[in-house]
Amino acid sequence: MNVGTLINDLTIFVLAILLGFEVISRVPATLHTPLMSGTNSIHGIVLVGAIALGAAADNPLTGIVAFVAVVFAGANVVGGYWVTDRMLQMFKRRPVPKADKPAE
Amino acid sequence: MNTTDLGYLVQVAFLLGASLFAIGLHQMNSPASARNGNRLSAIGMTIAVIAELTFVANSSPGIGNWLIIVGGLVVGGAAGLRLARTVAMTAMPQLVSLFNAMGGGAAALLAIDDFIRLGGQRTPEGALSSLDGWLVFFIVVDVIVGSVTFTGSLIASAKLMGRLKGQPIILPGGRFLSAVALIVSVSCSIVLVLAGAGLFNYDTQILDVLLMAAMIGALIFGVTMVLPIGGADMPVVISMLNAFTGSAVAMAGFVVGNVILIVAGALVGASGAILTKLMAGAMNRSIANILVGGFGVAEGSQAAMTSEGGTIREVSVDDAAIQLAYASKVVIVPGYGLAVAQAQHGVRELADLLEARGIDVSYAIHPVAGRMPGHMNVLLAEANVPYPQLKEMDEINPEFERTDVALVIGANDVTNPAARTDRSSPIFGMPILDVDKARSIIVMKRSMGRGYAGVDNPLYVNPKTGMYFADAKQGLANLIAAVKAQ
Repeated sequence: MNVGTLINDLTIFVLAILLGFEVISRVPATLHTPLMSGTNSIHGIVLVGAIALGAAADNPLTGIVAFVAVVFAGANVVGGYWVTDRMLQMFKRRPVPKADKPAE
Repeated sequence: MNTTDLGYLVQVAFLLGASLFAIGLHQMNSPASARNGNRLSAIGMTIAVIAELTFVANSSPGIGNWLIIVGGLVVGGAAGLRLARTVAMTAMPQLVSLFNAMGGGAAALLAIDDFIRLGGQRTPEGALSSLDGWLVFFIVVDVIVGSVTFTGSLIASAKLMGRLKGQPIILPGGRFLSAVALIVSVSCSIVLVLAGAGLFNYDTQILDVLLMAAMIGALIFGVTMVLPIGGADMPVVISMLNAFTGSAVAMAGFVVGNVILIVAGALVGASGAILTKLMAGAMNRSIANILVGGFGVAEGSQAAMTSEGGTIREVSVDDAAIQLAYASKVVIVPGYGLAVAQAQHGVRELADLLEARGIDVSYAIHPVAGRMPGHMNVLLAEANVPYPQLKEMDEINPEFERTDVALVIGANDVTNPAARTDRSSPIFGMPILDVDKARSIIVMKRSMGRGYAGVDNPLYVNPKTGMYFADAKQGLANLIAAVKAQ
């Protein structure tokens, strides 16, 4: 890792953290659960790294490691976005009349 | 297209993806735009994944590699989809924990794999040709944080699911084991970083063993860290593990040299950090205090308070119904007890009845009313409560003075006025809902049991307070019937 790369990466990292603080401190408490599950899906971006691992795997050990990583990250991404959407569609200004789900 | 050009294109796609993440999060600032924001974020993710797949396809990997990638995507995607579609909203905290575990685990695996593969390129003399101090630093931080998150989140999830006891679990020698695991993990890491920096020459196999030791230490530490933490502290723990996952992903970005991982990890880390601070603040406890565990244990002054503190007044269903039906402003204070009793729909039904009578109804939501940040809001939204009625603590507290009836259901510690007035109380200083300022208060509660903090609640002996002893679900059903009869 050369010093140039390191400094570039650190710059991006620090700026992204500041951006994160700025954007997220405006999220109202009402939405904190969807926020958390939404950011959860965002960290599923490790999927990109896991796919690269899968492509580079050249022996059984790295193959297994890569497979497990792809499974974890894939579940994280798909499940995370889906459940966040499921939650957010419930937030309504006024309930839709008669759209009541049977109470469990 | 040659590989270099395609590489640049992939970078641009990643930039687009990262921007969509940021814009999507920005749109989470209002319930009206949040769903769209989440979709934008999902589009960003899709773009990034397709870009990576294109890049991989261009390097024409073997069939085995495709099997790993496609097979993993299908298995993982199907499992994630199944979980997401079937999970009950009360079970969101454990699902989020589970996804934390997966993200953290995947991030740690990335670093481990990098270390193993780079290990193969080391020269026979043991010098680390393709590793250097910084790279090894990011690898070990990723492995340690990712591993702690992995086991910690699994334990948190198991506790929330009820597979493990929700109460603090104190292992004999747990603290000692915790300390040993952490020390082993950190010292192995220091040696690895120094070796990476070229200060030592070690056999590559020894380095692999050291990394495994650091990982195992971190895995054990994750377990011992979360086990002693009690159920009501879960909002803090989940937020913290979320921040950890973000950090681990960002570290993985440094390791594999991928900018979108760094950006996404940083965004998640920032979000987790903010929520952790908010949650800890809402309980007036430091994060260190929560991690050390144990709350309200052996406080000598508690018994005295009950004896000096007046009598309890019980109200009948009909009295409660009359108070509610002839009020002009009612504030409902739901606590986790409401969710446990699955009474969210009942509460909505009662609110609808009151609103039909022209009564102003709102809900006062304490930040820790649930098992994760904002949990109660989701549970009420699921029961079709319109979100403008869900009021945050700072917004609703000034309104209690103008409130005719505050209806407290399954909430205890967050309404305890001792937090404002009694310096000797273990919860002194915790921000609470000022329920006691309402003109009258109805507390629906199963019994006189204490809340999580184990302290008495002077609200219950307040002359304005009527206690209605019932299970939340049954009690609400009775109350609805009685209000209808008015």
